[in-house]
Amino acid sequence: MLEINNLNVHYGVIHALKDITLKVNEGEIVTLIGANGAGKSTTLRTISGLIKATSGGILLEGRDISILSAPQRVELGISQVPEGRRVFPDMSVYENLELGAFLRKNKGDIKKDIDSVFEQFPILGERRKQMAGTLSGGEQQMLAIGRGLMSKPRILLLDEPSMGLAPLLVREIFSIIQDINRTGTTILLVEQNASMALSIAQRAYVLETGSIVLSGTGEELVKSSDIQKAYLGGE
Amino acid sequence: MRTLTKKNLLILGSILLTFALVQVLVLVGILDSFYEITIATICINIILAVSLNLVTGFTGQFSLGHAGFMSIGAYVCAIISMRIGTVGGFLLGLLAGALAATVVGILIGIPTLRLKGDYLAIATLGMAEIIRVVFLNLEITNGAAGLNGIPRYANWLWLYFFTVMAIVIINNFLKSSPGRACIAIREDEIAAESMGINTTKYKVIAFAVGAFFAGLAGGLYASYFYFLKPDLFGFMKSVDILVIVVLGGLGSLTGSVIAAILLGLITTFLQSFTAVRMIVYAVLLVVIMIFRPQGLMGSKEINDLLKFRFGKKEEKIE
Repeated sequence: MLEINNLNVHYGVIHALKDITLKVNEGEIVTLIGANGAGKSTTLRTISGLIKATSGGILLEGRDISILSAPQRVELGISQVPEGRRVFPDMSVYENLELGAFLRKNKGDIKKDIDSVFEQFPILGERRKQMAGTLSGGEQQMLAIGRGLMSKPRILLLDEPSMGLAPLLVREIFSIIQDINRTGTTILLVEQNASMALSIAQRAYVLETGSIVLSGTGEELVKSSDIQKAYLGGE
Repeated sequence: MRTLTKKNLLILGSILLTFALVQVLVLVGILDSFYEITIATICINIILAVSLNLVTGFTGQFSLGHAGFMSIGAYVCAIISMRIGTVGGFLLGLLAGALAATVVGILIGIPTLRLKGDYLAIATLGMAEIIRVVFLNLEITNGAAGLNGIPRYANWLWLYFFTVMAIVIINNFLKSSPGRACIAIREDEIAAESMGINTTKYKVIAFAVGAFFAGLAGGLYASYFYFLKPDLFGFMKSVDILVIVVLGGLGSLTGSVIAAILLGLITTFLQSFTAVRMIVYAVLLVVIMIFRPQGLMGSKEINDLLKFRFGKKEEKIE
């Protein structure tokens, strides 16, 4: 469904992504793991159009989207949940969700989808009028994911959803991600918490200083001794 | 859409009542021409403040160039109404001035709105200075000597009409989809972009709408005070407008209105104490900022306060 071919990104003189090639099939959860500064977030932001690639192709169902603007990509069904949640703090939960549907026109459908987000995240429904900035970290992450779903994405890009959350909440967020995937949304997940990410992903890529160094199914990578050493704290 | 709701009738009623009240006070002679000037200044400052608030308070783009847009509106309106000496000419001049300011706003906004925070402030400051220097050197604006004898068509009625119009239009803009986009940009630009909001486009739109009303205020100023010179629109004028916005509260139209009225009254009452006037004014600002750093209204509107009071009742209705 999503194909990235020989993608290169530069920040000034720094070569941040070097010939990245990866693929996400329809209905999959694919994860991109790696250390700080490996280029995980850069990859996601390049896919969603927030950063321009220097070269390489980004194909959504065979169509090259690398020349399209970020809003056009959202319209085609790519939605990013940004790193660090980034909810709109002085807006209510409800307004945050409305803005997630910014490019959609049909008000009735939008309302229906907000209701279904509230069904999935009952806590958000209870707090629909509360300012998003006053929510707890976990609730904000749920809101950020709910807001990301409001554009009716075919593929959801999640950037470090576990960041700054208590272990119990991380589990909850990951089970929510699996639920979303079961309802038919393809997911590309960027994570530092490699063990959690690998446990729910069908396939995974490992990024190191801007290059993909390893790829395979989630299980394969969990067993790999390199991964054990580098990311999972094994001996 | 129900347009004649209780709330709208209430708003319409209070708009008319305010107008009638001031009109009666003027007719009876309680408000003499000295106070009329104060009221005119307040009206013009309200238009300037709510339009700057749209750019700085709601969209989060720190602009120090509002006086520049005001001067464009003022000069265009003055020049046109000096050529066509009728009410029609005045209104045409107002519209042309506001549109000219909008065009300049768009042209300047497209390159500068990629900048953030302090950089944008410096860029807009520079832009306003360039506009001032241009007016200083043009023949049609009569350079530093300024324009004299501009036909005086702006009166309390027009001022009040355009003030209400500016508030209503900007308020409605903020509730519209582009308005929500602007607020989202202030809240978190990266998140807004992830939602598919074209941030540059909406920043330029906010800038253009702000420039339009600044130009309108300039035209009203030119016509009411019938004298213009480039010095009136220097850096300090932009700061004056910013002070009103910050004092009232970034992101509160109600706050801008209240602050404009408050500062207008304070300046008038301090007029008799020329020596200490600026000191008292400055101390007042410092004191208010210490005790209300978020501004008089914060980001609350008058509706929020009323809702708070009648909150329970409203919950039941919904």
